[in-house]
Amino acid sequence: MNKQSSSTSTPFWRDKRIIPILIQIIFAVIVILAAVFLFTNALASLRQIGMTLGFDFLGKMASFDIGDKLIEFSSTDTYGRAFIVGILNTIKVAFIGIILATILGFIVGVSRLSTNWLARVVATVYVEIFRNTPLLVQIFIWFYAVFLGFPTIDKSLNAFGIFFFSNRGTVIPWFGVTPSSLIWLIFLVVGLVLSFILWKIRIKQQVETGKRKYPIYYAIGAMITTLVIAWIITLESPLSLSLPTFAGRGYDGGYTINPGFGALLVALVMYTASFIAEIVRGGILAVSKGQVEAAKALGLKGPTILRLVILPQAIRIIIPPLTSQYLNLIKNSSLAAAVAYQELVGVGITVLSQTGRSIEVISIVILTYLSMSLFTSLLMNIYNKYSQLVER
Amino acid sequence: MNNEELKREDLRTPIEAPPKASIGVVEWLKKNLFSSWINTILTIVFGTISFLILKNSIEWVIFKAEWYVIAANFKLLIVGQYPLEELWRVWICLTIVSILMGLSSGIWKGTIGHLTMMITGLYFIILLLPFVSTETRIWLIVNIIIIGISYVIGKNRSSLNKVTLIGWALMLPIVIFLLDGFGIFDHVGTNLWGGFLLTLLIAVVAIVFSFPLGIFLALGRRSKLPIIRWFSIGYIELIRGVPLITILFVAQLMLPLFLGNDIEIDNVVRAMVGFTLFTAAYLAENIRGGLQSISRGQFEAAEALGLNSTVKMTFIILPQALRAVIPAIVGLFIGIFKDTSLVAIVGLTDILGIGKNIISNPEFLGTQMEVFLFVALVFLIFCNMMSYASRRLESALGVGKR
Repeated sequence: MNKQSSSTSTPFWRDKRIIPILIQIIFAVIVILAAVFLFTNALASLRQIGMTLGFDFLGKMASFDIGDKLIEFSSTDTYGRAFIVGILNTIKVAFIGIILATILGFIVGVSRLSTNWLARVVATVYVEIFRNTPLLVQIFIWFYAVFLGFPTIDKSLNAFGIFFFSNRGTVIPWFGVTPSSLIWLIFLVVGLVLSFILWKIRIKQQVETGKRKYPIYYAIGAMITTLVIAWIITLESPLSLSLPTFAGRGYDGGYTINPGFGALLVALVMYTASFIAEIVRGGILAVSKGQVEAAKALGLKGPTILRLVILPQAIRIIIPPLTSQYLNLIKNSSLAAAVAYQELVGVGITVLSQTGRSIEVISIVILTYLSMSLFTSLLMNIYNKYSQLVER
Repeated sequence: MNNEELKREDLRTPIEAPPKASIGVVEWLKKNLFSSWINTILTIVFGTISFLILKNSIEWVIFKAEWYVIAANFKLLIVGQYPLEELWRVWICLTIVSILMGLSSGIWKGTIGHLTMMITGLYFIILLLPFVSTETRIWLIVNIIIIGISYVIGKNRSSLNKVTLIGWALMLPIVIFLLDGFGIFDHVGTNLWGGFLLTLLIAVVAIVFSFPLGIFLALGRRSKLPIIRWFSIGYIELIRGVPLITILFVAQLMLPLFLGNDIEIDNVVRAMVGFTLFTAAYLAENIRGGLQSISRGQFEAAEALGLNSTVKMTFIILPQALRAVIPAIVGLFIGIFKDTSLVAIVGLTDILGIGKNIISNPEFLGTQMEVFLFVALVFLIFCNMMSYASRRLESALGVGKR
């Protein structure tokens, strides 16, 4: 009774049940009003220049060509297809970049803790330089000073007669598919599965009997046997090597790396690797010293300790920050726009300048990056869960 | 002495490090470079590679590189198109910074003292460069002397600390006022601001203005009110999920569209708005980390004292939370400072944009490496200074060691 009377006597602006609701309503109203204000302004300015909102322009013909593409594209295709080419190029840069940056980052990170003084110093200098300069400056250095700094195509530098460097691109040997490639692939998969099973069985026997069963030799043996059988069946090599040769005004064969792509990839890998190296170093340092000492006491050698004792424990600490570095790499690949490489943002800018549809183009770009970021964090979260499960 | 006292005695005297083993050069080489055959191979491989890189780089820097391009464009790279006859305003701004740095290093010493020493060193290096003008030299010498004088003043009168803090707080408005003119001096439009000056300005503005926004977003994300919480989460995740360059494009292309015809804002301000919105999301996440590290007891104690939530946050929780994440925030600022180079893509003439303009000038054909290496060096120096400060702060605050 008493309670009720007191609550009726408090004015509503001091009532603890009403204030939060009131604040939220006010906040929501402000946000909605701001959104309405911005949106009506945008519509009004669009009307002024005689345009409407809509994605119908995606079906129109894009009258530009894209140099580096994974799927067929010509200037008669639609804007929609141009965006798909751009997205695929982004994925290409990000995928190759993530793999190379991880490898380089782990090598540098481990070197920073090496017992070798020179390796330690070189790794430290590398990290300090590449971490503390802006990525865009690095991309510009690689693009303008290195990849475009190569001589013209008729005077191109070559290394070992198979790598050619010119300002129109770097040509490297590449592989072509032969008729028997599919058979080889099937045998390769069979061989891998077989050798893995054999390896598991031998390991199990080794653990049970306590005798050496040489699992690794059995696995390699199985692999070689399958490949020999494959060769007997096909009598052909799995892939044909396509070496670049200089032919008048260009190159025949090989794979040409576009200068923009080359500069972007090298800069992204070098920059991200310096961050990954620091993460790896931190992760390894976080593994307690007792673990290493115990492993040494068991008679394990340096590389074995790193592989079997330190890294499995360090990886759990490494993965969450590593994920955010991968996300950064994907987002940073958008700097390709500065070196005229046509990935998502590059295509977006071209389309935008041709059609003037800034709102639509930018929202496509933003939504694509958001979904890529979410997808990557999902994958890494799954892997994170998997590596955490090893614990008790 | 009973057992209890013995234990205390143990705690009081810190464990001493083992005595340093003195070893000769040969021993050192054996231990650090040639301890096993793998190490020997490593040493040879790394040694050859780094020798080749070092030799070629030094050769290039001393004999091949054409540094005249930097000498000819030094002013352009540092202050952009800022009119020569108004350059004294930039120097006044620098002098204000020098006075404040000198005073602060005198009063607080420590990290800020080290930074001031490095800045003074930088002044000396620029002073010794062969191509700077006499006017620049005079200003630099004046600045060095001013740092010295204000250091002595600060050392003897530590009561000036409040004045110095107010000075730091007022610095940004004064600098912008001086640079722009605002009717008292001749107006210098932002289209003439450029070079490293613009880089610094964008970074500082983004950092200062993102602070309140970041704190609100961090508190909003922890709020019990669902609408505010979801708004904050949505904002933070949206900004963190997209590249900075798209946000800069939004600011450059869509902001004028969204604000309508009545509100005119120029390019530089648009970039600053973009950077502020971007930084705020990342800062909010850092601050949220700090808020999470505050124990429940602090909240409960503040509530038990009868403080309302505003007072509780401003005087109890936020000071502790911010202190815990200072190193992380400095790290974020280093990142933002590096990212300001992105404005070159949207057509502003920051130090990198100027560099890009220089190499497209036929007079300086083929000097890309020199120009961009200089830009990289400037960033390298400043980022290293900041990360040094961050490391010192980290150990001074004892964060992560408790």
